[in-house]
Amino acid sequence: MRYDALIIGAGMSGLAAGIRLAQAGKRVAILERHYLWGGLNSFYKRAGRRFETGLHALTNYAAKGTHNVPLTRILRQLRIPHDALKLAPQRRSITALRTSGGDTLRLSYSNDMALLRSEVARLFPAQQDGFERLVAALPGYSGSSESDYATSARARIAEYVSDPLLVEMLMIAPLFYGSPTENDMSWAEYGILFRSIHLEGMARPEGGIKELLDLLIARFEQEGGELRMKTGVAAVLHGNGKVRGVRLDDGSELECERVLSSAGLVETEALCGTPSAREDDDRIGRLSFVETCCVLDRAPLELGHDATIVFYSDGERFRYERPEVPVEPRCGVITCPSNYQLREPDREHFVRITCPANYAYWKGLPEAAYAQEKTLAVESMLATAESFSFPIRPHTVFRDSFTPRTIERFTGHRGGAVYGSPRKARDGFTSLRGLELIGTDQGLVGVIGAMLSGITIANRSLLEPAGGAA
Amino acid sequence: MTRDEIVIAIKDIIATIAPDEELGQLAMDVRLRDQIELDSMDFLDIVMELRKRYGVQVPEEDYMQLATLQGCVDYLGPKLESKALVLTALKG
Repeated sequence: MRYDALIIGAGMSGLAAGIRLAQAGKRVAILERHYLWGGLNSFYKRAGRRFETGLHALTNYAAKGTHNVPLTRILRQLRIPHDALKLAPQRRSITALRTSGGDTLRLSYSNDMALLRSEVARLFPAQQDGFERLVAALPGYSGSSESDYATSARARIAEYVSDPLLVEMLMIAPLFYGSPTENDMSWAEYGILFRSIHLEGMARPEGGIKELLDLLIARFEQEGGELRMKTGVAAVLHGNGKVRGVRLDDGSELECERVLSSAGLVETEALCGTPSAREDDDRIGRLSFVETCCVLDRAPLELGHDATIVFYSDGERFRYERPEVPVEPRCGVITCPSNYQLREPDREHFVRITCPANYAYWKGLPEAAYAQEKTLAVESMLATAESFSFPIRPHTVFRDSFTPRTIERFTGHRGGAVYGSPRKARDGFTSLRGLELIGTDQGLVGVIGAMLSGITIANRSLLEPAGGAA
Repeated sequence: MTRDEIVIAIKDIIATIAPDEELGQLAMDVRLRDQIELDSMDFLDIVMELRKRYGVQVPEEDYMQLATLQGCVDYLGPKLESKALVLTALKG
């Protein structure tokens, strides 16, 4: 019983890759250590409620029938009708920055780029032309040159935009949306993220991320794919520089032609027998987060808050980095899943706050102190978040929070690095023939990026036999 | 399969791989990719579906024969003559 392909991880990239391979008639299984699927975009139950993780937004919004955009391409490759997603577009989102003088600048944007243009004109009238030239100069989705990957986005933006506050504000949403590197990203990645967030926009499946995950699972199983939950991969087996199978946590072995791993770069290396990377290895991402999800007693709209997402920085320097302190309350993301243009309003209302956190601190914390430290951290996050949104705590009926330690436990990403390694294997290749990376460490982030990653690598594997396979 | 049925068979495959495309008005002699959004990967999907449904192998050097509906009918006619139409996406 030999598999054509085994896929490590039932996240967005693994499911998308699995569907492509199963559709092509390959014998394929997805192996997931956890009892829930979704990976970095998952869900869990607490006190009878379903909580979802992550920013909840799909970028790259496109209406049904839009041609030549990533969303259409992904849905077609996975044979999912646009209508099945029931995408609800955002109302509007905001990037907010508090200056040293205490003023709060707010740039609003929606799925219509005209709003961001008019907001730039309103707040930074002298920067309008520069902003237009910046948008025109953005690298495209594909065909970015190596030099675009080696160029700092900040430096390039500053060539068009002379006001440092606007430069800072234009970095906030793209960095939060998915940069594995601190405070800056490459110009190529910036182009992709700016297009995904601003030129296309954000939306949410009406039924939440679980609805999308359920669609993907149904497609995979419909095509004859095999999904194995609670099935961790302990090792990738290989010989003569080529993959031959995997060993599972229970000691049993599976044979295969090819392994697609969404476990991450250093995590996958460790599965191949390379000594585990040290904690300070610079290939382990430094960005992790504390996230709290509050159940509200009423809709945020009733409290005067209409924004779908608020990306904020309390201070002129946006600190997108691993903080020295347990959590960095001065910058974060406030997400209100109820504030999409839903056909059916949510029955319960959530608000989620996400702030950069120090992995080493949370990892090293003694069990007895963990709960209290988490409460303190979350209180400090909420205090600042409220100053950029609405009184959250007085309207909170239940709250659940997690730290980098939780992220590491459930995603397997070393360092709780949500966006993976700063060193991407963009071609997906590893030192072993037949072992390829998909997902975050192949270089594309977010729900859409992860699915594209799985599709792209799976498609290539359909065109090329696993190197040297008999 | 008759030649008319081959057209239906191809449209059904396209409807399967591109559920959001409108296929009613497809012209016979115009390249498919000029009428609907199809990239090279989608053509590979068409070829894979032909293999899965009808056991027909299309070698890579013949892919260009499938560029138009007329091309599909001409190229696939002899190969599909003895096969029965399989419908999965188009109903009724």
